[in-house]
Amino acid sequence: MTEDGKVFSLLFAGVGGQGVLLGAEITALAAVSEGYDVKQTEVHGVSQRGGSVETHVRFGARVWSPVVTPGKADLVVGLELLEALRFAHFADLREGLILVNQHEIIPGSVKNAEQDYPHGSVEFMRSRGYRVLPLEASRLARDLGDARMANVVMIGAASIVLPLPHDAWLETLHRRIPERFRQPNLEAFAAGREAACDAEALRALRPERS
Amino acid sequence: MKRELLLGNQAIARGAWEAGVQFAAGYPGTPSTEILEILSRYPEVHSQWSANEKVAFEQGMGAAIGGLRTLVTMKHVGLNVAADPFMVFPYAGTNAGFLVISADDPGMHSSQNEQDNRYLARMAKVPVIEPSDAQECKDFVKLALDLSESFGTPVMMRTTTRLAHHKSLVSLGERQEGPKRTFERDARRFSVPIYRRLLRPQVEARLERLKQYVESVPINRVEPGDSRIGVVTSGVAYQYVKEILPHAGVLRLGISYPLPAALLRDFCERHETVYVVEEGEAFIEDFMRSVGIANLQGKDRFGVIGEYSPGRLAAALDLEELPQPLNGDITIMPRPPMFCVGCGHRTVFSALRQLKVTVAGDIGCYTMGALPPYEASHTTFCMGASIGTAVGLERAGQERVVAVIGDSTFVHAGIPALVDAVYNRSQLTLVILDNSTTGMTGGQPHPASGKSITGAEAPKLNLQAMCAASGVGQIQVVDTWDRRGVMSALRRALAHPGPAVVIAQGLCQQLPEMKYREVVPFYVDESLCTQCEACFKVWCPAILRNERNFPEIVPGQCTACTVCAQVCPAEAIYPFAREPLLRA
Repeated sequence: MTEDGKVFSLLFAGVGGQGVLLGAEITALAAVSEGYDVKQTEVHGVSQRGGSVETHVRFGARVWSPVVTPGKADLVVGLELLEALRFAHFADLREGLILVNQHEIIPGSVKNAEQDYPHGSVEFMRSRGYRVLPLEASRLARDLGDARMANVVMIGAASIVLPLPHDAWLETLHRRIPERFRQPNLEAFAAGREAACDAEALRALRPERS
Repeated sequence: MKRELLLGNQAIARGAWEAGVQFAAGYPGTPSTEILEILSRYPEVHSQWSANEKVAFEQGMGAAIGGLRTLVTMKHVGLNVAADPFMVFPYAGTNAGFLVISADDPGMHSSQNEQDNRYLARMAKVPVIEPSDAQECKDFVKLALDLSESFGTPVMMRTTTRLAHHKSLVSLGERQEGPKRTFERDARRFSVPIYRRLLRPQVEARLERLKQYVESVPINRVEPGDSRIGVVTSGVAYQYVKEILPHAGVLRLGISYPLPAALLRDFCERHETVYVVEEGEAFIEDFMRSVGIANLQGKDRFGVIGEYSPGRLAAALDLEELPQPLNGDITIMPRPPMFCVGCGHRTVFSALRQLKVTVAGDIGCYTMGALPPYEASHTTFCMGASIGTAVGLERAGQERVVAVIGDSTFVHAGIPALVDAVYNRSQLTLVILDNSTTGMTGGQPHPASGKSITGAEAPKLNLQAMCAASGVGQIQVVDTWDRRGVMSALRRALAHPGPAVVIAQGLCQQLPEMKYREVVPFYVDESLCTQCEACFKVWCPAILRNERNFPEIVPGQCTACTVCAQVCPAEAIYPFAREPLLRA
């Protein structure tokens, strides 16, 4: 447990069906297992139907609000590029990090979405001063057998930057993922950790500042 | 003691179990649904989904005067449906504890309006309890039931979306059975109006006792702080206040009706400026002004519309400026929800669009029929309103009007409307989207689904016979995935001179029996595909464009609904001849 009263604020964003809630829940449970006070919130209801989904997780010695304030998130985890862009402003411009899955899902119920979908969001977020680490989470997950594990790849990457020990994550994954899906998910988590650790990624984490 | 991360709604369910609740009923509605779903897993409690909130409330009323500790759950607008018993019950008062949960939805995440149900409780003269986190969600259920029994009154717990749908740590306890009580016949309490005039003063006398009680109840808690700034708050907004004004004096009201006039006056006298921070209307604030407190700011500063958040409060107090969503050279398009892969509603809305009819819609997933690409649902108001609205539009001279309602919503509030439409000789054309579940709220069974809350088999309302008994002259049942069948049934119904009903049947793809079944996914044979784009116009999220500009069906997502194959003029889409895939 970190010694000071710092509260970590995380925002998970993605598209309904991508497993945004599961990623957030595993993070929250890992923090609980480390003895932190933890709060989490999401909007249920229509999230299954392919709409945009956001889940907030906060942990620390004492947490009041479950809701993260724009500009205050230590970490934004985007499971899809447009959704990362939508919630980018929640990240702390100086200290925060945006982890984003290099994956595009065109909104189905928007006119001309195929033409108007905003490509190049990683560069755009960077041009606004945000620290962005893009990851091929969907591709990595697909290579491991199921693209739907992209959420677990992403929390693997998040585990590098959050103050929770590796064992807490593994133990939580064991507890939370049903046995028949467990092994591939553990591999997905490891792949995410590895991707966030490689040299290029680390350069993105610590950009040279003028 | 064991602490678990629980959703506010989970904690309410746990609290009900621990407090010895024996009967629980409700109707699904965001953000209240999880309470009963979770409570139904405890065998000590009889839990049930009711046909609607009024029925749930009335069964709860009977159970409570019959001696059972009772919980009734609904979303804010559900209490409108149950308003009749809610207003009447306090006269007789309860025997065993009776708690109704009203889950308000500021921000309208999944609602047609914002509504602060503390006003309904005030109208009914029913006390309101407002927890601030999941632990209190659990603890306040017991407190409310004890209060209900000691004052003989029904009690309302008001939650809001963020409280109901946040998780925080909760210490768990064990179940304690409530005191044994039995029903006693008492005409003076439970029957005719002449006696009810005698009960009326008792309601006022009880309210006076409650007003005394709230002055010193520990959950109306003063947290001393800076004398310059005091905050009066309730519900989840308390957490936001603690987050952004850690040094302010705080009066957290755990009971927001009736309000403690003396406690509020005393608190406000000790602080220079008092902020009133409450989600919803100026309910507490108006009361404070009415008792002569003037050094306060509330809705004028924080606003009345939508959800509160720490950021919003900080901005309203000029403590900080919030970063806005990125804009400039890039457009962040919205991503509204849409019909699932294989959803049976698609064929119906695509036919309605093609027929260019005016559609009176209802409450359920099918409100999304109003969105592109269908844009084929033109009104949505409240549960069951499709039928009445369609009849009214027809009376106003609108031609070719179709009412569209889901099976659960039809049972909830559509049946009297249909009976009326026949009786008053309308030309109603009604489509019942029969997917055997309450889809929008996550798939809860209902009387026409053949299942109970636990998934066990239950008597099944026959919708066809129901419509026939109402006097509908033409009733057609079609497979919702049969495009031609749906279209021709709609044409026949529109041509029928009297009321006509089309029941479009097909299970919701989110039901476990659909979601986890084996399917042989369909695939596009590129050697036959002419790239005519017809299959893209099915708007199925599983059909993507590949790098060769051909349609491609994502195998793990395909439900084998066949609709894309039906529209393909080249017969290039057919089942993949391989082992069936397990969807999960």
